[in-house]
Amino acid sequence: MSIVDASLRTRLSALEAAWVIARRDFVAVLFSRAFLFFLLGPLFPVFVGGLAGAIGGEVQREAVSVEIGLAMSADDNAAMIAAGKRLTPQLGGALPSLREVPEAAGDPAFDAERFMEARRGNYAAILTGTLATPQLVGTEGQVRRWQGPVGLVAGHALEANPASFPDVASAFVATSAAAERSTRIQTAQIAQMLLFLLTMLLAGMVLSNLVEEKANKIIEILAAAIPMDAVFMGKLFAMLAVSFVGIGVWGLTAFGLWSIGSEAIIAASGFDPARLPAPAVGWPLFIALGVIYFAMAYLLLGALFLTIGAMANTVREVQTLSMPVTMMQLMVFFLAAYTIKQPGSSLELAAVVFPLSSPFAMLARAAMEPELWTHALALAWQAMAVLALVKGGSLLFRKRVMKSGGAGRVRRGWFARRSPEAVEPAE
Amino acid sequence: MDMAVSEQGWSGNHATGFSAVPADERPLAIEAKGLVKSFDGTRAVDGVDIAVPEGAIYGILGPNGAGKTTTLRMLLGIIDPDEGVRRVFGHDRPHDIGRLIGYLPEERGLYPAMKCVEAIAFMGALRGLPLKEGRKRAVELLDRHGLGHAADRQIRQLSKGMAQTVQLLGTLVHNPRLVVLDEPFSGLDAINQGKLEMMIRALADEGVTVIFSTHVIHHAERLCEGVAIIAGGKVPYAGSVEAARDRIPAQVRLETRAREGAWLSFLPSQTRRNGDFFHFPLPESGIEPLLKGLIEGEAGILSLSIERAGLHDAFVAIAGEAAARQLEANNAEDRA
Repeated sequence: MSIVDASLRTRLSALEAAWVIARRDFVAVLFSRAFLFFLLGPLFPVFVGGLAGAIGGEVQREAVSVEIGLAMSADDNAAMIAAGKRLTPQLGGALPSLREVPEAAGDPAFDAERFMEARRGNYAAILTGTLATPQLVGTEGQVRRWQGPVGLVAGHALEANPASFPDVASAFVATSAAAERSTRIQTAQIAQMLLFLLTMLLAGMVLSNLVEEKANKIIEILAAAIPMDAVFMGKLFAMLAVSFVGIGVWGLTAFGLWSIGSEAIIAASGFDPARLPAPAVGWPLFIALGVIYFAMAYLLLGALFLTIGAMANTVREVQTLSMPVTMMQLMVFFLAAYTIKQPGSSLELAAVVFPLSSPFAMLARAAMEPELWTHALALAWQAMAVLALVKGGSLLFRKRVMKSGGAGRVRRGWFARRSPEAVEPAE
Repeated sequence: MDMAVSEQGWSGNHATGFSAVPADERPLAIEAKGLVKSFDGTRAVDGVDIAVPEGAIYGILGPNGAGKTTTLRMLLGIIDPDEGVRRVFGHDRPHDIGRLIGYLPEERGLYPAMKCVEAIAFMGALRGLPLKEGRKRAVELLDRHGLGHAADRQIRQLSKGMAQTVQLLGTLVHNPRLVVLDEPFSGLDAINQGKLEMMIRALADEGVTVIFSTHVIHHAERLCEGVAIIAGGKVPYAGSVEAARDRIPAQVRLETRAREGAWLSFLPSQTRRNGDFFHFPLPESGIEPLLKGLIEGEAGILSLSIERAGLHDAFVAIAGEAAARQLEANNAEDRA
């Protein structure tokens, strides 16, 4: 046995060290019973998903525009708005809100159909013509929905106590900004829900990730050999890889089931993925962003949970921690889900900036907004947050759990001044 | 920090007090100065100075709770001290030279579901040894130490002694230059303790620096050229074993035919009588004046022997009776 292997450098880089940990953890988890439970895990959150879906549905209904644009003469517009105000106390939410279309004011050549097809404004439909012969322009669904209420308002705009109501003619357009926004919200919600369900699986697995090392005293060997942040990073990436394997298994299962019984699935669930509205950035990019945001959400939440779990000494302590941690995950999800209907609001911006909710909020943005630079910025921000959390977590672990101090190194200058006997390098 | 009783110099890369090789020719593998560590307001280590030359077998000696493990953990960078500095092969960040170090912690730890070969290779991989090479070396090491049959067994299927051997092999698989063993003899039977002593000697013969902590003095006495005695978080002595033993005067054991007589006045005041035997420290003036007095006083010498003090006596003298009693109690616990 030679004293030193010539092939050995004196230290592993942080990435190499993390790789050693990740490889061990990945293999250990993949060939353990825990992985089976991990695979079955998504069935349980489906119940939570159902609940959250109901909330999401409510959000969508709110987010769908109920604003009818008025593009009649100025007097007719004013009469419609006044009639609407008179009727609102009796009919409330059954009536649309009425708003003058600024672009139509003073423009006799205003073409409501072209305006809607250009996806300008955020109107459910636009009312043109006169009070006696109104015409509603919009997508078929919106026009049919609002024809009756608009006729009612127009009748009251014509006279205080109308004996009859004018017929509202209709002109359909293929789509509109409001319709498109409404349908993309579905895509955003489904993507967020999927992201949430996948990250839900994380909590238990990551929380207990360091308990084995602590219980079996392996942590001493790891801590002596490599820096603690490499241990944390390795464990995180191992769990990410495990989750990708889990997603792969679920994906293949879903694909297999879909291949043999897609019609039955559509009939049973009432959900046809083929009719899911295309996201604003397009499907290929949306899927790519989905994978990246999933990884980011996993790493962000994982780094936090790993730190929290690392403070626990026993499985019982981990179990005690898992409930508040799951609640925290839910709150992060609800924050992002709630802000779908408020794009550009300060709350939505907060959800985008707050690292833990950022992947959820940004995935929703990818479904609804076509800009790409915001994603580059958000991903850079999220990556920085992952690094900060891992570094902070490992520091906390060293300080609080391993009770490490803050000295040990030669402080050149400072140390030399205070102690003439300072240790010199052994060259 | 009590530099007055330290036998080792603090002249940077020169160590003194070791016998095997002239100390000033050997660079230091480990050097620590003024290490302080408190846990929850209690000082576990209080100003420890240690210097271990390369290629030495060095013992850290003290009863349980004296601060041995905390000192080793600080030397290895597992934890940082609250005060003081440490250097391993000249680096104050031991992780920077992680590949040169092997460490066996006091509380043994292995992944229970791992196979022996994988466990050893994993420990090597942590120190930078490629996994494939680690597996190859693991099989060789297991064979060499009589555990070849257990190579593919899971750790949880091994006896405690076997698991301990596997962990020790994992500590050595990457051929470190410095091996740090925390209470390595603890939990081993006499045969395996003997094997471990041979292994430590073999490492030192190859130029590897071995530092181990123990509360069993005879291991340190048999193996070490240098020791640090730790008691109550302090190091009242650090230096060669020989120098430690020289601190205690040799003991004289005298057997006489006569029970009374003028010759008794020649015996030192510290003399203890045990039946026909008298025990006392060798007088500073030497044995000759005493012999003359005994002969002229017609003591009738039946036997007289001069025994050099052992490391245990040195430990008692240096660390105090209380620490020695605690050490004995720890040993008794081990035997039980």
